[in-house]
This record gives sequence, structure tokens and C-alpha cells, in this order.
Amino acid sequence: MADTRKITCTVNGTEHSVEVETRLTLADMLRRELNLTGTHLGCEHGVCGACTVLVDGRSARACLMLAVQADGAAVDTVEGLAPSEDALHPLQDAFRDHHGLQCGFCTPGMLMTLKELLADNPDPSEDEVRVAISGNLCRCTGYQGIVDAALDAAQRLRNGEGS
Amino acid sequence: MSGDAYADAPKRLEDDPLLRGRGRFIDDIALPGMLEAAFVRSPHAHAAIAGIDAEAARAVPGVHAILTRDDILPYLETEFLVVGLPSSAYKQQRDRPALAGAETVHVGEPIAVVIADNRYIAEDAAQMVMVDYDILPAASDCRDSLADGAPPVHAGAEDNLLAEFDIGYGDTDSAFAAADHTFSEDFHIHRGGSHSMECRGAVSAYDPATDQLTLWVSSQMPHSTLRVLVDMLGRNENQIRVATPDIGGGFGPKLVVYPEDVVLCIAALKLARPVKWIEDRREHFIATTQERDQSWTVDVAFGDDALIKGIRGVMVHDHGAFTARGINLPQNSAESLPGIYHVPHYRMNVKLALTNKVPVTPVRGAGHPQANFVLERVFDRIARELGLDRNEVRLRNMIGPEEMPFERPLKTRGGLPVTLDSGDYPKCQRTVAERIGWDEFPGRQKAAHADGRYIGIGLANFVKGTGRGPFEAVTVRVGTSGRIHVYTGATAMGQGTKTMLSQVVAEVLGGDIANVTVTTGDTAATALGIGTSNSRSTVTAGTSAHVAAGKVRDKALAVASALLDVPAADLEIAGDEVRPKGGPGQIANIKVTLGEIAHAVSGTPGYSLPAGIDAGMEATEHVILDSPAYASGAVAAEVEVDVETGGVRILNYVIALDSGRIINPMISAGQALGGTAHGIGNSLFERMAYDENAQPLTTNFADYLLITAPEMPRVDVWFEESPSPLNPLGVKGVGENGVVPAPGAVIAAIEDALSPFAVRITQAPISPPEILALIEAARGQG
Ligand code: FES
Ligand code: FES
Repeated sequence: MADTRKITCTVNGTEHSVEVETRLTLADMLRRELNLTGTHLGCEHGVCGACTVLVDGRSARACLMLAVQADGAAVDTVEGLAPSEDALHPLQDAFRDHHGLQCGFCTPGMLMTLKELLADNPDPSEDEVRVAISGNLCRCTGYQGIVDAALDAAQRLRNGEGS
Repeated sequence: MSGDAYADAPKRLEDDPLLRGRGRFIDDIALPGMLEAAFVRSPHAHAAIAGIDAEAARAVPGVHAILTRDDILPYLETEFLVVGLPSSAYKQQRDRPALAGAETVHVGEPIAVVIADNRYIAEDAAQMVMVDYDILPAASDCRDSLADGAPPVHAGAEDNLLAEFDIGYGDTDSAFAAADHTFSEDFHIHRGGSHSMECRGAVSAYDPATDQLTLWVSSQMPHSTLRVLVDMLGRNENQIRVATPDIGGGFGPKLVVYPEDVVLCIAALKLARPVKWIEDRREHFIATTQERDQSWTVDVAFGDDALIKGIRGVMVHDHGAFTARGINLPQNSAESLPGIYHVPHYRMNVKLALTNKVPVTPVRGAGHPQANFVLERVFDRIARELGLDRNEVRLRNMIGPEEMPFERPLKTRGGLPVTLDSGDYPKCQRTVAERIGWDEFPGRQKAAHADGRYIGIGLANFVKGTGRGPFEAVTVRVGTSGRIHVYTGATAMGQGTKTMLSQVVAEVLGGDIANVTVTTGDTAATALGIGTSNSRSTVTAGTSAHVAAGKVRDKALAVASALLDVPAADLEIAGDEVRPKGGPGQIANIKVTLGEIAHAVSGTPGYSLPAGIDAGMEATEHVILDSPAYASGAVAAEVEVDVETGGVRILNYVIALDSGRIINPMISAGQALGGTAHGIGNSLFERMAYDENAQPLTTNFADYLLITAPEMPRVDVWFEESPSPLNPLGVKGVGENGVVPAPGAVIAAIEDALSPFAVRITQAPISPPEILALIEAARGQG
């Protein structure tokens, strides 16, 4: 009974052609078909933001999107953030330095949401950071370490780190 | 605290893989041939089950099995999860069945499981399982369920009283008779969830070749899961391994063993294929345990001098439909009510009410937030009645540092005396008052009121027993590679346990935390583990790690002494080698690595070990720490209330925390912040609502609100470090402290902001419509 389609999309710079069921979510395609398990599912109803990825540079909830909707798109996930095995992205470095993660479950979604913010607004205020992550729930940190990390990462990026 | 204050704190060992998306959470496990499960759950709070028709569902392509109670019984020695902590107070034994039989008693109770090629198919088929229900009346609110004529939660039961006990000391009646003032007040604290961002989940696998059953489970207590599986499945401990992968938050409910864990094991045994089940968020709302519904009626006697003479009362605790843990929560509440104050006479009658709701077990704070809220509200009322400053009233009643250790004539659930071991309570209160500008506040408030702005300030003190014993297991082993391996029954669910234990072990074994590997929560690695709950890991596992590492160090020095022919007393461990104290000096080549030392005692057939030395470089410790170490502190909150909308904004929040010696300030502050966020949620947002038929009304994150970043204030965290005399590290737990005092302080601040209306708030959480109703009522009277 499975209705399938062949789709092609570029994930973290690599092109993939996959035969997917039409009802498969983008999150499940990433996790199950491409084994990119960094994209997490915390609610599967579009509120927690753990599943946030970038689709053509814009943040999207991978739990609310079907894989077939990503046909032809460029998808960025947390796995593509670090430049190498030895180095982290300035956002990731800042998260570690400011204790922006505890259990790490919300972290991939936070990082991708903040990546979009800092691309749009390289010098955000604290309030702007808080609003930007208002669609990402974290139960562990009380958000303070995440906010501090985002502000510090913005500074590092403005100073030319990671570019 | 800011990032700079963490300069000396080692960065977490956990972070790199998590930041790269390489964590291994339960849903990231994929085994060859793995199937996936979906549960059929009760949509009714109370119903008789007349029959189950799974024929249509079985016919769905891709479905491998559908199991109901009848199908799993042949695999079970007992069908019940018997987990209740011991107590003589029980009047009814209500254990959860693995799958419901003739009756279901709460929405979300598992009734059958579908095992299919994948979760999509399993969920389709689960929808098609027809269960024939005869709906029965349900008991919803704990305040009503004990009344005469309330519908029984379990059909045929005489009443809904699960347990009852009295706790207290002294002679309250005489104290009340002699007091200058008395009042009586009702308080209600509402139920919420833990809502770790990762829901529950498990993967089971059975290998017939070795007769080995493995359960990977997102659990805080894999060792208790193992014990329940041994009892229920009739297999011995060698035939079952329970292991935890990375855990995406726990906060209490993951310390419980669940029916799904057992059913998943049976599915793997029956199908001889791995089976995965991942809870979705709606299931988390209806099938994962919750906490906090308590109703208190408290009588207070006090003098003109504001000193408390006695407290007595009645508390009704919502237990849910089954015993999934014990009577520990209301015990914690009633035992902790007197807090950090002199309460000369105290008596509380506690009743545990069954309700047709998901069982109640600890959520971060475990009974303490409710009692703290009641007591701190009592102090605010005394201050108001006497026209005194709220802080002054608290200070007059407070136990002073010179009185430590302070023994209260109360017993813990294990029968030990409640002895507050350490702390400087007045100092913590003064610290937060100073940092939030308490003394200047009346002026600011007046000016704001003149501007039509309603700001207010509130403060609460707290104490919490942490590090519940009796022990946690830790093995420290140096391998022939030179690497230090640490194994513990404690589990890591985000609180930096691996970093903390690495620090403790490295402190005595060479100083390099990068040379330490920590394995947590695996019954194959640690025989006698307990697990993580009650802010216990740093205290119990930290202490065992410290002692075990010390023994390994002594042995390393003894072996090195034999190998180098230098007295052990003249040697030290630096990094991964043992060398003469004070560095290489003239004898630069006199040194031996930890790996070489481990080789020397690992045994070569036919060759003797160095004289007087036994085999292996390892030590296992279960240091017994019976009495809890009492963490304490104070918080203060400043809020602004919008009297048109009832909205509350937190302007400022300060916490002073005494968790004894702080091993890692960055991690400890993170714990305080996370707990505070949860506590503010318990004050303003988190309400697990049910209708009068015990149907849950808030089963997604749009209806049940977790605090988000814009509502969360920047929190000023301050550590007061009074070492606990009860353990060699001087530590006390930190994980739950932030959550306990938050509602008391936030609600007091709201009440203070609304002082022109003279409202009184005796519940938590409080919503904007409820605040508006209070203002309306006050205006109506005014
Ligand atoms: S999992 Fe997609 S928003 Fe929660
Ligand atoms: S770090 Fe655990 S949910 Fe954010």
C-alpha cells in the first residue's frame, strides 16, 4: 500500500537520491534513510524545535515537513555544521564554553535556529536572541547558557572566526 | 554567573559528540532486523474491558505480532510490576499490570502492543485494534476522590484511600491553646510533568545462541529495571543486561520501571528479533508519570513576636491510579515542611488518594516544592498579619549556623533522624535580599504604583535532603593501555556526570581528565548499581569514586615503588606516569607509566607478581552514606503584573545555593538554572489539566506550556559553600535545588505586586485569567 516517490535533495552538500514513501517525514528520512540521527524529535507536532533543519537556508521543522517536499532542496543539518573532525563551528565552540547544552537533545535544533539568526543578523541583542529561539524548547539549561553562547558566537563570527 | 566565572571549570567531556549530532540516544540505535512497536492505550479513565478484536490489525501487511495480556502471560512469573518502596502505611496494594486485563484505570494505560516493520505501520495497525469498553465512572480530583460516594478508582474497592500516615512531634494542641494568634489556610499545588525533551524509549534484543536478553532503555535506574525484569520474566541476572545510551533528560519519571519495558522484552523473546519503541509526546503526557497535585489545610499558631509556636494540618496527595514508586513523595513533603525554621510543635495527617490518572512518582523536586510553597506562604501571611517585614519574620524563626548539626525529632523514610548537617541559612537569605535590592524596594514599588505599574518582590528559603543513600557503586580500573576506566551505577542524563566523575578521579590519579573514560548505567559493567535520582550522584557516586581512585593510586605507587626501587612515599602520579615527587629533576629517567604498572600486575602465566602485590589495577567501592546531605539556599524574585491582562513578567531573579563544595561551578550553575526554569514553569505555566471524568486536557506543547527563552529572566546564581561533614568531598546535591523554592518566591512577588488589591494567592501555578479573577474579586469588594 506504500505510495513511494523518488526524490533528490542535497544534504550537507552531498546529493542524495532516495525512494521514499510519500508519508515519510523529512525528519524520518534524514534519520532513517540517511542515518543522520543528529536531527532529534521531541514532540512531532511542531512546537519543540528539536527537529529544526535549514531548507534552502531557512529554518524548518523536519517533523512537519514531508520528505517529498524537500525534493530538489538543499537541506542543512547539525552534522554539517563543524568544518572538520578537529574543529567546531564558532556556535558549537561557544555552546561548549558557555554550557549551552546539558543533555544535548535540544542542541541540534538550537544550533540550526541560531545559525539562521546569525546569518540574518550578525549582531543581535540579547532580546533578539531570546525571541529567535522562542520556538525551541530546552528543559535542561534555563536558556541562559544558550543565549550567552549565541551572543559570544556572534562576536566570534564578526571577528572572522570560522569563516 | 557569566561565562568568565567558568574559566577554571573544565569543559564537559560530553559536549563534542553532542554538538556534532553524534550523540547516541535511544532512538539512534538501529539493529539489523529491528522491528518497531506501537502501543494500544486506553482512551478512557476508567472502563471494563469486555474484549479485544485484533483480527483486522493483524492482517495489515508488515505487522508481525499483536500482543495482549493473554499473549504475554505465558512469559511472566507475575504480571505485575511490584516496585513500591516499603511502608506500613499502605491500605491497598495497587501494582501496575504489564498490560491491562479486565479493567483499565487511566487514560494512556497500555492494553496491547503492535510489532511491525516500522512505526508507521505499527501505528496504523494500533488504530485498528478494536477494544470493547464498558465505561465506568472515574475519580479525577484528589480532593473529591476520598469523599463518601466517590467512584472507586478500581472497581470493587471500598474506597480510594491508598495509604495514610501521621508525621510530627511535640504537642500541637497545647501550643495552639497558648498562642497569641492562629489562622487556618488551604493550599493547592497542581500536577505537572517532567517533560525531558527526549521522551521515553527502549530497544530490546534477544540472542537465542547465548540466551541473552538485552534492553537498552532511556532510564535513570537501569539496575532497578533489571531487578523487576528478573522477578517478572523468571530469568537470572546473567541472562539479562539493561544498559542506558545517552539520555535526553530525565527529571524523575525515568527512574520508574514501566510496563512498556517489560512488554518490549517479551516481544523480543517471542519474535527473536530486536524491537524498538519510542514514546511520542502525546504518550508522554498520558503514560509517563507526573507529580505535584497536593491539597493542604494548614493551621498555624504564632506569637506577637512572630515566632511560630506550632503547625498542624491535613494533606491529601494525588497518587494516581497505581503505585509506581511508593509513598515517598508525600513523606518528603510532610517531612520537609518545617524547612530551615524552628517549628516547636508539628503534626500533619497525610492521606494518599487514588485517582483515575497516570501514576504519580517524583518529578524534579519530589514533594519538596509543595511543602516549601506552603511554608513560605505561611511566613508571608504572618508578616502581613503582624505588619512586619517578610524577611525579618523569617530570620526570627530561622535555624542559625551555630546550631548545626540540627536534629529534628522526625524520621526519614528509612527511619533515620532528620539532621540538617550544614549550612548558613541567614547568610543565604541576606545574600539574595541584598542582590535583589530588598531594602530599597518599597520606594521603587511606590514610584511604580504611582506610574500605574504593579511590581512586587518575593523571597523563599529552602532546604532539601540530597544524595540519598545507601551508596552508589563505582569501579576505577587502569588498563594496560594506561587509560583510566570508571564504571558506575549512576546514570548520565545531561547533568555532566561523566565530567564530574572524571574530575573526582583525576584529582587523585594524575590530574588529566582526558585520560578518564566513564561508563554509566550498564548492568553488565556494574553489578550493584542504584541509579540517579534525588540529586544523589555527585554525593554518592562522587564519594565512591574518590575512595576507589585513592585505593588505585596507593596501589599504583606501591607497584611503581617495586619497579623503580624508590619508596612509595617519594613518588607521585602526574599525567599518565609515576615519577619521583617534585618532577623529574636529576633522575629524569626514573619513571613508569600507568600502562606499564597495569601490565606489571596483569599477570603473565608462570611469572610472579612483584612481592607483596596482588593482581589488577582496580578498586570497587560502595561507600555507605545513609544520612542525606542537606543542600539549602534562598531565592528572590521581582515581577511585574499587568493588571489588564493578568500577565506576569519576571524582572529579576536571584538564587543563593549552598550545595557544599562545588566540583564544577559551570555545571552546578547550569543545574541551578535548569531547576529554576522548571520552578518558574510550576509557578506560572505548567498545568496538567483533567476534566471531571479524568480525561487529560493538555496533551501537547500548545496546551501545556513549557517556559521559553523570552519569559525566562536572566538569573543571578550565587554559591555559598558550607561543606557537608557527611562525605569526604564535602558535597551536597545540586540537581533539584532550583525548582524547590521558585513557586514560593514568584507567587509571593505577584501577591506583593497586587498589594493595592490585597489579594491572597494560595495555589501554584497561577494563570493570567486566575490573576484577573482575583483582581476583579478584590475590586468588587473594594
Ligand atoms: S519534533 Fe519537530 S517541532 Fe518538536
Ligand atoms: S540541553 Fe537538554 S533539553 Fe536542552
